[in-house]
Amino acid sequence: MSQGRQLTFNIFRYDPQEPNDKPKMVRYHLTETPGMTVFIALNKLREEQDTSLQFDFVCRAGICGSCAMVINGFPTLACRTLTAKYPNGEITLMPLPGFELIGDLSVNTGKFMRELAERLKLWLHPKANDISIHRLEEPMAPEEAARLYELERCVECGVCVSACATKQMRETFVGAVGMMKIARFELDSRDARTAEDFYHVIGNQDGVFGCMTLLGCQDNCPKDLPHMQQIAYLRRKMAMTLV
Amino acid sequence: MKLIYTDSLVVGAGLAGLRVAIASKERGLDTLVLSLIPAKRSHSAAAQGGMQASLGNAVKGMGDDEDVHFQDTVKGSDWGCDQEVARMFAHCAPKAVRELANWGVPWSRVSAGPREVIVNAQKVTLQEAEEAHGLINARDFGGTKKWRTCYTADGTGHSLLYAMDNKAISMDIPVHERVEALSIIHDGQRCHGVIARCLITGELRAYVAKSTTIATGGYGRIYEVSTNAIICEGIGQALALETGVATLGNMEAVQFHPTAIVPVGILTTEGCRGDGGLLRDKDGYRFMPDYEPEKKELASRDVVSRRMTEHMRKGKGVDSPYGPHLWLDITLLGRKHIETNLREVQEICENFLGIDPAKDWIPVRPTQHYSMGGIRTKATGESPQLKGLFSVGEAACWDMHGFNRLGGNSLAETVVGGMIIGKYVADFCENNSLEIDTQLAEKFMRQVQTEIDTLVDGEGHESPFELKREMQRIMMDYVGIFRNGPELDKAVNELKALLERSRKLGIKCKKRHANPELVEALRVKRMLKVALTVACGAAARTESRGAHAREDYPQRNDRDWLNRTLASWPDANALEPVLSYEPLDVMKMELPPGYRGYGIDNAIAHPDTAKREQQIAEILAELGDNADRYQRQAALMPFELPPSLQAKNERLSDTLQRPSANALGEKS
Repeated sequence: MSQGRQLTFNIFRYDPQEPNDKPKMVRYHLTETPGMTVFIALNKLREEQDTSLQFDFVCRAGICGSCAMVINGFPTLACRTLTAKYPNGEITLMPLPGFELIGDLSVNTGKFMRELAERLKLWLHPKANDISIHRLEEPMAPEEAARLYELERCVECGVCVSACATKQMRETFVGAVGMMKIARFELDSRDARTAEDFYHVIGNQDGVFGCMTLLGCQDNCPKDLPHMQQIAYLRRKMAMTLV
Repeated sequence: MKLIYTDSLVVGAGLAGLRVAIASKERGLDTLVLSLIPAKRSHSAAAQGGMQASLGNAVKGMGDDEDVHFQDTVKGSDWGCDQEVARMFAHCAPKAVRELANWGVPWSRVSAGPREVIVNAQKVTLQEAEEAHGLINARDFGGTKKWRTCYTADGTGHSLLYAMDNKAISMDIPVHERVEALSIIHDGQRCHGVIARCLITGELRAYVAKSTTIATGGYGRIYEVSTNAIICEGIGQALALETGVATLGNMEAVQFHPTAIVPVGILTTEGCRGDGGLLRDKDGYRFMPDYEPEKKELASRDVVSRRMTEHMRKGKGVDSPYGPHLWLDITLLGRKHIETNLREVQEICENFLGIDPAKDWIPVRPTQHYSMGGIRTKATGESPQLKGLFSVGEAACWDMHGFNRLGGNSLAETVVGGMIIGKYVADFCENNSLEIDTQLAEKFMRQVQTEIDTLVDGEGHESPFELKREMQRIMMDYVGIFRNGPELDKAVNELKALLERSRKLGIKCKKRHANPELVEALRVKRMLKVALTVACGAAARTESRGAHAREDYPQRNDRDWLNRTLASWPDANALEPVLSYEPLDVMKMELPPGYRGYGIDNAIAHPDTAKREQQIAEILAELGDNADRYQRQAALMPFELPPSLQAKNERLSDTLQRPSANALGEKS
């Protein structure tokens, strides 16, 4: 564990609400402490050096997906990124691209995800609406429940969106997060929607047929979700609806 | 003045808040939710292990029902809870689990046939019933008689929150994200909504509503090291306190979770021990059986946390630069189990500790985890003092937890309390009209505006970051797992000095829109009041009950302290809250105070206890042997519920015979 090392942070600073402000990179220096994460470092910088510094953390445990940012060129969760990971002690922080910038490292992923959920109708459409909550529940195959949970581990951090070349070119592309969620509901035996229903939503350039399979999503997903497999599966499934 | 009005206003978009919003919207009410953050990022997502509900599908849950869940909850609370509320809760928990299954939660399911588990460090093979195949599974948790904790791997809170928020989105319920409530609009009798600030633009808005539900979670972050998300700062409790009218209940009841990782305080779920994990000391020795021969690692959380602290005080802790810790050993569960059922734990270990929990022991120590105290409500969730003000979930003292909460009962409270209180909130909105008193709203708006102006333009020089750090240290050092009079007095005095200093806060960043320093300053003043209610409540309570452990008063004292602490802050200029006490009536209890089953039984009895026991025996004798358990329960302690939630819960056991001892994995 390195102790007392001098870290240099290059941080993107810009407040879009200040009329005269311009985007810039600002350098900060900080002494490293054992087990330091980017979460700890940013809070120290804010408390000790610049109280106006904006960033988002909530759980600080890699669970809530609030703190994704670009760290030395790669989008990832800042809370669980140890500073010790960078041998030369030089850390560059940029806000996640592809989202509305609130200020500095803070972006509005929440607004994006809510709009996506409304657009793709990302909720369970139950086959039956009148299932009694007082009676024994409907059984589900244990393997199905386990598979659903695997796909449901997405934390909506936005990393896949920012790592996606298609998304950078096509504003309306649903991204891996949208497809992963569709795949999750498509798999769910309780959901009434058919492959045809999903085709209407993602069977196009904004969905599975727009993906260039560069797989930045798969490479960077902090939850190691099987994006490649699910996109391929959905693409095949969507194509099959046409035959 | 920007004025937004609605029928049902909910502050906080975690599980409890969203569930109330859904209940309001289901009744056709205009509904609006305010949240500091996107709903799916709420702290509810961090609950790993699961929620308790007496479904009794798994073989180790057979024989479970509302009665057993109720008894576990009351004992867990050290008889500090409201037993009628605990009954309402236990009755509706299975309904909430089943409702969430209908909304999309992929609950882990029972697989028929043999299932290998670890119980007391031994491999045991359970035989799950054919008929239970595919029904909702349960795991073991501390302080429970049956395996009752329903789960989705170790991401239960995440799954529940996603299903709940998806449901809210499907119903078109608006969530105003990045908005912070700063003041409750009220006239001393009736709550009319809140004044809130947009964290992006800085705009102040008056949200006026028929009902206002505070669902802002706990106050863990008044402590230096907490498992809580960094937004769990007790602002909801502070808002209620600052009305000068509403009361907070049992604020000194603060739970420490036995197994948060060192140093960062991130939680590893109780499911680790429930699934068979062990606690070990610096010699690798499994010490819990020495202290708690029966329940061992699965004693109630408060008990395990105290035993761990005791053991470390004996010099048995592992030294580290961050002070002593102990080990959590889950290696005996095997890699497959860890990679499927304890996956988040594995990720946390890899990312924050750089260890592999299938091979390495995890450094853990007891860490602040849960706030049993909160905004005092009636069983309907409404404040007894302010009409139209409701509270639910960890923010509230609805009071099913008393002085210690059982693992798996907090996630359960969010969705069960939300389900029940949501109906009462909707009733309230249907029976009351919207009163828009713009002068009143303006008065509160001006107060908040002045507060912000003073922080930005005033002469103050105190740093909000510094005050917060000092407060957190005081709480950690003097209001922790073990407490005593001199230290608590010290805490109260030092916190008072900080509160006084907080009147001279000044900030360097002068922006009126997105300004993290301004946010910190507005919060720290409020947090200090919350911290003072905790410290003052703890100093005044000269007994030990549940998580409140006094070294100078080690006995539970039912004779003098079978009551609930109430705190209010009627004088805004005062430096401490006014405390009063609400007695718990033994003569109305279904389960009179008794031995909790840990350590020596040294409680000082309440004079009514023997009387009530006698009375209960008579009531039951009069009912005769033919009365079923529902009739017996109703005769002892009737409780209210909204009509649509009163139906009995169907169980697999209604159709099955009791499993053999062999199937239960018990040695004959």
